[in-house]
Amino acid sequence: MSRLPNLLRIKNNQSIDLGKIENLTYADFYALAIDLLKDDDKHCTNYFAYPYKDGLQFIMAIADDVHQDIIILSHILKGTDKQELKALTKENFALHIFEREIYENYGVYFTGHPWLKPLRFAHDRALKEIQINDYPFYKIKSEELHEVGVGPIHAGIIEPGHFRFICNGENVLHLEIQLGWQHRGIEKLILDKENLLQRTILAESIAGDTVIGHTLAFVQIMESLSNKKVDEQIHIERSLALELERIAIHIGDISALCVDAAYYLGANLFGVLRTPIINFLQLWSGNRFGKSLIRPGGTNYPFTDDLKQELWQILDNFEQKFEEIAYIVYRLPSIQNRFDFVGTVTKKQAKLIGTVGLSARMSDIKRDIRMTHPNIAYKKFPYETVTVKKGDVFARFLLKKKEIRHSIAWIRNVLSSFDFNSKKKQKPNYNLNFKANSLSISLVEGWRGEICHCALTNEDGNLQYYKIKDPSMHNWKALELSLRNVEISDFPINNKSYNLSYCGHDL
Amino acid sequence: MINEAKIIWQNGKQYIPDLKNVQLKAPFRGRPIITTAKVDEQALADLCPLGAIKTNPVSLDMGKCAFCGECALAFPEKIKFTQDYKIATNTRENLIIKEGDYKPVKIDKSKIRKSIKSIFNKSLKLRQVSAGGDNSCEMELSATGNPNFDIGRYGISFTASPRHADGIIVTGPISENMAGPLRIAYDAIPEPKIFVLCGIDAISGGIFADSKALDRSVLKNIKVDLYIPGNPSHPLTIINGILDLTRDKW
Ligand code: SF4
Repeated sequence: MSRLPNLLRIKNNQSIDLGKIENLTYADFYALAIDLLKDDDKHCTNYFAYPYKDGLQFIMAIADDVHQDIIILSHILKGTDKQELKALTKENFALHIFEREIYENYGVYFTGHPWLKPLRFAHDRALKEIQINDYPFYKIKSEELHEVGVGPIHAGIIEPGHFRFICNGENVLHLEIQLGWQHRGIEKLILDKENLLQRTILAESIAGDTVIGHTLAFVQIMESLSNKKVDEQIHIERSLALELERIAIHIGDISALCVDAAYYLGANLFGVLRTPIINFLQLWSGNRFGKSLIRPGGTNYPFTDDLKQELWQILDNFEQKFEEIAYIVYRLPSIQNRFDFVGTVTKKQAKLIGTVGLSARMSDIKRDIRMTHPNIAYKKFPYETVTVKKGDVFARFLLKKKEIRHSIAWIRNVLSSFDFNSKKKQKPNYNLNFKANSLSISLVEGWRGEICHCALTNEDGNLQYYKIKDPSMHNWKALELSLRNVEISDFPINNKSYNLSYCGHDL
Repeated sequence: MINEAKIIWQNGKQYIPDLKNVQLKAPFRGRPIITTAKVDEQALADLCPLGAIKTNPVSLDMGKCAFCGECALAFPEKIKFTQDYKIATNTRENLIIKEGDYKPVKIDKSKIRKSIKSIFNKSLKLRQVSAGGDNSCEMELSATGNPNFDIGRYGISFTASPRHADGIIVTGPISENMAGPLRIAYDAIPEPKIFVLCGIDAISGGIFADSKALDRSVLKNIKVDLYIPGNPSHPLTIINGILDLTRDKW
């Protein structure tokens, strides 16, 4: 490298002047990125390109878990340059998905990328010559092997995606997942709609099972770009909702896994426990998923004393029933037998592909934004993250239980020690003015893992680019690896143990 | 075994016996009503992020409304949300609430195809297709079968294959990438079949209505039998809608 630049670092939910970003040569960028990412405490949380002058500016955001900040690296590809770059993926597999995305959207070819295939068949992609039905799946020529194709429509009430298995009898050798069916053009719509309320409703629809997580990332960016300060209480309330969302989904997942293990007592009793949690969100915001609760600048639905009382009670009730049934289910030999050593992703593999959230913590990787890049709420009330070791279906099943307990403990801590002032009412503000020429990044630990939103404004202070990353972007690869050398009939329990997002990926 | 029996006994009956008369509490937003109070109608219409409100006279289209509640907060004297969740209906016009009209939303019996009541009134198997849905309507459809709502008690369930289904229930604004598979699934269902749109994304495109990444042309040649509003639709709305459409009494 010609010279080592001073690393530009920003905190989670901060914004910086675009002028401060130094554009490196691609060779320097490449060397520096690969070098930084060798460190276990750093991972790439987002890497994207956006139209810049006559070409593209590439921005990489590397989360540094020790410094608790985000390193920004950048390089530029001029329109007149050859639209070709050496693939970072060759040396860091975790970046494969980002390079695929850039390749599809802008037609930049990454040489040496092992599987430079389309990602989501976005409407505005550069790569128009290939259509969603012509996805180039891996093939094996063999008399003994056969392929099984499933989807896009699956046998249940579930979002669409296509799964292609290469099997040797019952045994899966390889699974390849093709997504894109859910693409709605949401990033483009966020730019097109100029009204902040409309944009917020779009953020709520990125993934309807992660309403709080994605909307939180969105409003944190909007507030950061406009220097809008919201009360500490609002921050705490939002994170309460985030933990409730986590509990509700995890308990639903545990129930769904019991269904697939044909243990209906567990399925029903865990399933029923989801209801009081989401009904509490409805009592609070009017919507079982918390749509309309998280708003820029404040909220229409403050957390009142009555709600606080109600939540205490619900949690007490919930916990007692949860522990009672969990005590039986998690010891049941038939459950252990079904989930143990199935669909294992080792720590080494998980690191290699850059998993985040639950999919990292199942393999003993301590990656949790609440702990490493806390927002105001988690700074005030620290969250101690929890990991398990084995990386198999049982590890994921177990981790969900542990995370539910930790979330309940965190909520209890907040309820008992934070002085909620129910007279304080900070209303939403849909007329925020953004700083010009700025970049802002927000990281949120949603129930699936790390959500990352990035926004850029132009010289007039309008949004010029909005980038959304759902944790599923990283984690779909983990599901593919889980299926190596397991029976094809183990696919459902593996799929449910991850419960990844299709629309969050397809956008 | 004894422990398990104890837990079953302690949990008791979980199902809601009367799905027609559940009392939901505010701020749950069900059927809106529009009073005849005089307000700045243009300001009211401009405020709606979904363009669901029209002026002169004021009306609110539940096929577009995200039930975000902003209109009722800004103009409480003009718009109120009741907790009435029975808002599914079989014509697009019936989804439009008019000024001064406080009547419940009804299914227009004259517009129900004959075969629906005669064939599907005891058992109905639906194939669900998510076409760009955000997974909230999908989760609420799953919830209709949980031990609380238990739609299974009416012989209604969701099938794995369209060939085993009596109809299709669509969620999502119909992304262009799903338009083809949706059509294939619809064609695979034997006649007679019903077609249901669940959630505002499916009914009108919702917040995605202007997106170029949608392809809603499949709706042109298909008769919609039921519209279920909501963002997402509440399980009670879904169940009441389907049963009101297919049976006289339930
Ligand atoms: S509640 Fe419905 S009608 Fe009222 S502002 Fe929101 S989307 Fe518009």
